[in-house]
Amino acid sequence: MAEQSRAEIQFHNIDRQREADRLGMLVFLASEIMLFGGVFLAAFSLRMLSPDEYVSASSHMKLWHGTANTAILLASSMLAALAVEMASSSNPKWAGRCLWSAVGLGIVFLGVKAHEYYLDYLDGKLPGAANAHFSSEFEQLFSNFYFTATGLHALHVTGGLALLSTAALRRSARHDCHAILIGNAALYWHLVDIVWIFLYPTIYLAGASA
Amino acid sequence: MTAAAIDTEREPEDIERTSYLRAGYSLRSWLLTTDHKRIAILYLISITFFFAIAAVAAALIRLELVTPEGDLLSHEGYNRAFSIHGIMMVWFFLIPSIPNTIGNFMIPLMIGARDLAFPRLNLLSWYIFMVAGLFALFVVLAGGVDTGWTFYTPLTTMYANGAVVATVLAVFISGFSTILTGLNFIVTIHKLRAPGMTWSRLPLFIWSHYAVSIIFVLATPVLAITLLLLAAERIFGIGVFDPSLGGDPLLFQHLFWFYSHPAVYIMVLPAMGVVSELVTSGAHKKIFGYWFVAYASIAIAVIAFLVWGHHMFVAGQSVLASTVFSFLSIAVAVPSAIKVYNWTATLYKGDIALDAPLLYAMGFIGLFVVGGLTGLMLAMLAIDVHVHDTYFVVAHFHYIMVGGSVAAFFGALHYWWPKMTGRLYNEVLGRIAALLMIIGFNLTFFPQFLLGYEGMPRRYHVYPPEFQVLHIFSTAGAGMLGVAYLMPMFYLLWSLRFGKRAPANPWGATGLEWTTSSPPPKHNFTEQPVVIREPYDYHLAHPRSRENG
Amino acid sequence: MSAGVKRLLVVGLGLQVLLAATVAASFLPLGPFKPWVGYGIAVAKAVLVLWFFMEMRKEGGLVRLATVAAFAWLAIMFALTASDYLSRSWIAAYADV
Repeated sequence: MAEQSRAEIQFHNIDRQREADRLGMLVFLASEIMLFGGVFLAAFSLRMLSPDEYVSASSHMKLWHGTANTAILLASSMLAALAVEMASSSNPKWAGRCLWSAVGLGIVFLGVKAHEYYLDYLDGKLPGAANAHFSSEFEQLFSNFYFTATGLHALHVTGGLALLSTAALRRSARHDCHAILIGNAALYWHLVDIVWIFLYPTIYLAGASA
Repeated sequence: MTAAAIDTEREPEDIERTSYLRAGYSLRSWLLTTDHKRIAILYLISITFFFAIAAVAAALIRLELVTPEGDLLSHEGYNRAFSIHGIMMVWFFLIPSIPNTIGNFMIPLMIGARDLAFPRLNLLSWYIFMVAGLFALFVVLAGGVDTGWTFYTPLTTMYANGAVVATVLAVFISGFSTILTGLNFIVTIHKLRAPGMTWSRLPLFIWSHYAVSIIFVLATPVLAITLLLLAAERIFGIGVFDPSLGGDPLLFQHLFWFYSHPAVYIMVLPAMGVVSELVTSGAHKKIFGYWFVAYASIAIAVIAFLVWGHHMFVAGQSVLASTVFSFLSIAVAVPSAIKVYNWTATLYKGDIALDAPLLYAMGFIGLFVVGGLTGLMLAMLAIDVHVHDTYFVVAHFHYIMVGGSVAAFFGALHYWWPKMTGRLYNEVLGRIAALLMIIGFNLTFFPQFLLGYEGMPRRYHVYPPEFQVLHIFSTAGAGMLGVAYLMPMFYLLWSLRFGKRAPANPWGATGLEWTTSSPPPKHNFTEQPVVIREPYDYHLAHPRSRENG
Repeated sequence: MSAGVKRLLVVGLGLQVLLAATVAASFLPLGPFKPWVGYGIAVAKAVLVLWFFMEMRKEGGLVRLATVAAFAWLAIMFALTASDYLSRSWIAAYADV
């Protein structure tokens, strides 16, 4: 159970330090929730003002890309949680494997997203592109909102992947049976997942039945 | 991170007792420090610099307003002056002022800890703040923006031709400094308290900073997303705030004020925490109603988030929503009023020493009451419709932020100066500066209530000649205020070199920070403090007065 | 396979089931209840992630309170903003905003 056993000077003991590290990450996640809260408020306002146009615009989104991405991210989140479980039960090898699998699925998520953006471009839905044409002003607004929201989310996905990779690369992290670094990286990753869990119905599921 | 001394001939205890100011003289030891005390000093220097810039803008405004014509500045120039004044003062002075200078320095000391929970994060916060400040400086040099500190759309997104994106970027970056500070404080207060330092024994300064940290963490990210959307709208025309695409300009105001109203409580809560300390120390008496004051801080932090719509009464918000916000805005005054009662009751029959810190604190109480009562007036929907966008509002918030928070900041600076620097300042000059500030402040801002009620609009530099007399009084007051702010700069700096050396507890105050030397050693305490006493357990029979020269 | 791993796998499967349910529901003619169902299932997913993946089930009251607080603050933001948007049409002067 190799781990850092000496607490930093401001902590009374190593347990307090671990608690502080975890609490710090949770407090940070609370701030991230409020950040995305503003995005959802914007969507809410758009939907309140133009309910029918919102539904119509949403029905033109690429439902299966969105659904696949949701499934991928949920699975990736599960793998991150498994990584924490593995590290906690002193199984560093599997902790590493779970982490890398989570990272892998995260990269697939980004790939699907990129493909979706590409198809959007081909459909003339990329705002600012030469071939952009929208059936209405609101369609254009919804498309802008979609790119802004998913773009911001993708940035956070990238950050989360960096955190997970850092944890996966560090031998001391994988061998830490308190799983502090892996645990914090996983917490961040779960937040990224939760944001997407709500972005998905906001963007893709508001549309009328097919 | 560097050792206190590489001196192997001295005893470890002696090294440990070395003041934090002597633990390294190089620039590196300051710029790469993780010592919360040094970081506090770094912040102090930075915010003083930004305060100076914002004060110059204020001087321009007040000089312009001496005459009814717009003869000093062009319309655009005047708009840029009040914009940069607001932006600099709010984000680069007031918000970091007490928390990042006094808070950074005192929180670990007050709870008996050796540093904050995340010292490196603390240093990062300062660097982020400096990067943001550099952007802000660039904005000033590039001519600034004319949008007001409130950045309303569609002016900012479509029509303004100043450095909007750079300004918004500067504020955006500064927000991260704030969030990380709040995170650090929350975890520190939860996890680093000394043995025996239960929640019921915490100084009220800590309660206030805990409350403000809640706002830091939960409100500031909303500012971040608001500014991000603003920039996206301006650069890419995404349309969330544009009615022609189906967006809503009022959405911007909802998002902006959801942060900015709690932001004003960010600016006042730490000041209230300071006042609790100054009043108990100045009266050598236990606080009246400890738990009322403690819970009032938390209540303020919570209710702060429920009132933002009172900035939008005439913006197109629905009447129902406005009514709800009006009612909630009246509610938010209650915990603040509770604190005022408790401070006053603490002073009553106390053993009062009218030193500069207490003078500043008493100034705070009086000026905050005026600001708070006029705030109640503004909370009433019908009154606000009459005085919205007039000088009445300007006077109200300056009473709180300047008469309140800045006064408390100066009070805190004086009170803890001996602890931070190990020197005593000249008390006579301190008292004069405090009184000058209170008088100058009232002369500056009370006429503005009258101006506003009579119809003088805010953000105008051309006005009907019948308003001139009151404007002249206001500008004269501003001059006095300027002197009152400059005086401490001189005698405080003078004391660094020539002031008498301060003992550990010059005020005879309670609190763990007074049990260690002035200035404290690098790791704050030579032995782990253990807390057995209740907070503010003063003995009226034997007050120890301040040793003074 | 330990109990902990099994638990996580079951939750992971449950999440995928909920996803399938929400997609299926989006094809049903639910009328005005559609967003409620969609967001309701999203909340269920989020609760599972929070409780099992983020180990809220193991945490003490303070941490759980902090988590609830973050979402409560979001709720404040939505509720009070909604009070504006939902009631704008009530008074004729604002009806066409």
